[in-house]
Amino acid sequence: MLKGIAASPGIAIGKVLKYENKLSLFKEKIEPWEIDEELQNLHRAVQDHILRLTELRDKTGREIGEKEAEIFDAHILMLKDPMFIESIEEKIRVGKNSAAAAVKFAVEETAGILKDVDDEYIRERASDIEDVGNGLIKNILNIDDGLIEKLNDEVILVAQELNPSDTARMDKEKVLGFALDTGGRTSHIAIMANSLEIPAVLGVEGLSKNVKDNDLIIVDGNKGIIIVHPSDEQIGEYNRQLEAYKMKKSMAEKECNRPCTTRDGKEIQIGANIGTPGDAEYAKKYGARGVGLYRTEFLFMDRNDLPSEEEQFIAYREVAEKMAPGPVIIRTLDIGADKSLPYLELPREQNPFLGWRAIRICLDRRDIFITQIRAVLRASNFGNIKIMYPMVCGVGELIQANGILQQAKDDLKKEGIAYDEKIETGIMIETPAAAIICDILVKYVDFFSIGTNDLTQYTLAVDRMNNRVADLYNPMHPAVLRLVKHVIDVSHRAGKWTGMCGELAGETLAAPVLVGLGIDEMSMNPLSIPRIKETLRRISFDKAKEFSKEVLSMEHPQEAQDACRAFLDQTGN
Amino acid sequence: METRVVVSDENGLHARPAAQFVKAANSFVCDVWIGKDGRMVNAKSIVGVLSLGVGKGTEIVIKAQGQDEEKAVEELKKLIGEA
Repeated sequence: MLKGIAASPGIAIGKVLKYENKLSLFKEKIEPWEIDEELQNLHRAVQDHILRLTELRDKTGREIGEKEAEIFDAHILMLKDPMFIESIEEKIRVGKNSAAAAVKFAVEETAGILKDVDDEYIRERASDIEDVGNGLIKNILNIDDGLIEKLNDEVILVAQELNPSDTARMDKEKVLGFALDTGGRTSHIAIMANSLEIPAVLGVEGLSKNVKDNDLIIVDGNKGIIIVHPSDEQIGEYNRQLEAYKMKKSMAEKECNRPCTTRDGKEIQIGANIGTPGDAEYAKKYGARGVGLYRTEFLFMDRNDLPSEEEQFIAYREVAEKMAPGPVIIRTLDIGADKSLPYLELPREQNPFLGWRAIRICLDRRDIFITQIRAVLRASNFGNIKIMYPMVCGVGELIQANGILQQAKDDLKKEGIAYDEKIETGIMIETPAAAIICDILVKYVDFFSIGTNDLTQYTLAVDRMNNRVADLYNPMHPAVLRLVKHVIDVSHRAGKWTGMCGELAGETLAAPVLVGLGIDEMSMNPLSIPRIKETLRRISFDKAKEFSKEVLSMEHPQEAQDACRAFLDQTGN
Repeated sequence: METRVVVSDENGLHARPAAQFVKAANSFVCDVWIGKDGRMVNAKSIVGVLSLGVGKGTEIVIKAQGQDEEKAVEELKKLIGEA
């Protein structure tokens, strides 16, 4: 039995498929007498990779289209490129690098040259070189990774780590569970596993070295446990849990469309976090009354330019109409930090999470901001839209943003375009600064929505992606819970309301505390809604209020979690 | 042997036209170079050609040396320039 981080709940029993993508683990330096061998190694890999890409090109041409196949032509040309190949050879011959290391350095150098060209389209070709380089290195090291794109059998994926590009290509329907050597509760793989409701245990040190393909393992995403070669008894026990879990889930799904009130009648609004208009259907199916967080970033991604006002308007209107009369909270563009847009050329920063991101970018690039605000306002005529700014830290930003909103309203009025004049405005509370001075901020908004992921990371000074400190990241830390309480109390005293759209809102364990603190709205991944509604219906608001007072005085996050578990056990399953 | 030519393709020498150009250059035995503003690169190198950043209307130099140099210069000129 191996212990890791319970990153996505649920249980999976299945066979291991190992995925290797760690390219940095190879010998970099060679001895002079190894030069010829490495050169041969390189040339064999280049020829082999050209053949492989040619096959891929033909297959893509047949199955998808000639246009899509052309990308591989460019890749093949790069492998035949004398400048590129000579640069690799030189790094082997003169630099005494291994073939794999030489490719890595040549790719960095070549990508660097292209990134300097004064032409956006060509700059983007730098990523083609990186792709080709990665493929070539895998070929040199004899790593076969073609298998995750089309899986024949259901598997549990075991790897040292997974990159977003790996998960994008993955055949997700066949993945029963994830078990990785690295990663924390908020790494992108945890977020993805949660949103797909695939059980995951991360940060299991040394796991991938200790299992082989087809080994039977159990992933217990509830407790953060991996069992390799389980006994019949363990399999039986986990199968029972799996059945019970499936049954509970299907019952919760049947009930999910009823409104959500606690046992003693307090109603809590349940919303969904969505990224695209298509998600709205999905949100309704799982019982969302509204959208508590519409992440507009997706409209801006995977393209070469900014979306126009009209394009944005159409998307926002679609969501508003689908959810009406339910509310839709549209968060203005939240990019920067870990989310980049190639065409905006955001500078590389030493501390991206403390850098130019979200509202800070929008207030500097008013053209982007005002286009989005206009689109949101126009869409507000077609449903119940609210607008929300991310990453506000002080009143200055808020007043500026509201000023731009007012200007957009005035402009639209002059142009004779209709919008909802009473549109509510709110901010995300995701920095300690905003939480602490929310009594000031509340004067300028109609509502707050607590983003617990960033609030936890900033309050506890923990990088969510850093495996070494990931276990310090805990939204049940008293510092975070006290900020949450403060924000809710202040908003209520001002006659306003507070929602929560961070991951904590979708965590069963946190529900009693959040309800007890008086949260008005909870927004989460649609798949979590049935489970949370089922939990909230079991809770009594009066008891939760008393309980939350106790939890707030606890010294350690673990104590709080244990208390929540006990509280929920008492309410019966 | 060398010649000057103004690039007429709407996209300049971007990924696709550049790839076609490099493919064509590779079909000759002779050495071929392409230059812009005094900077010459190997015309058989896609990275080299892309790194020049040739847009529409740019004047470039094509230079070839070797067995089939005349044919190379002539055909490459036809490929990217006005007839």
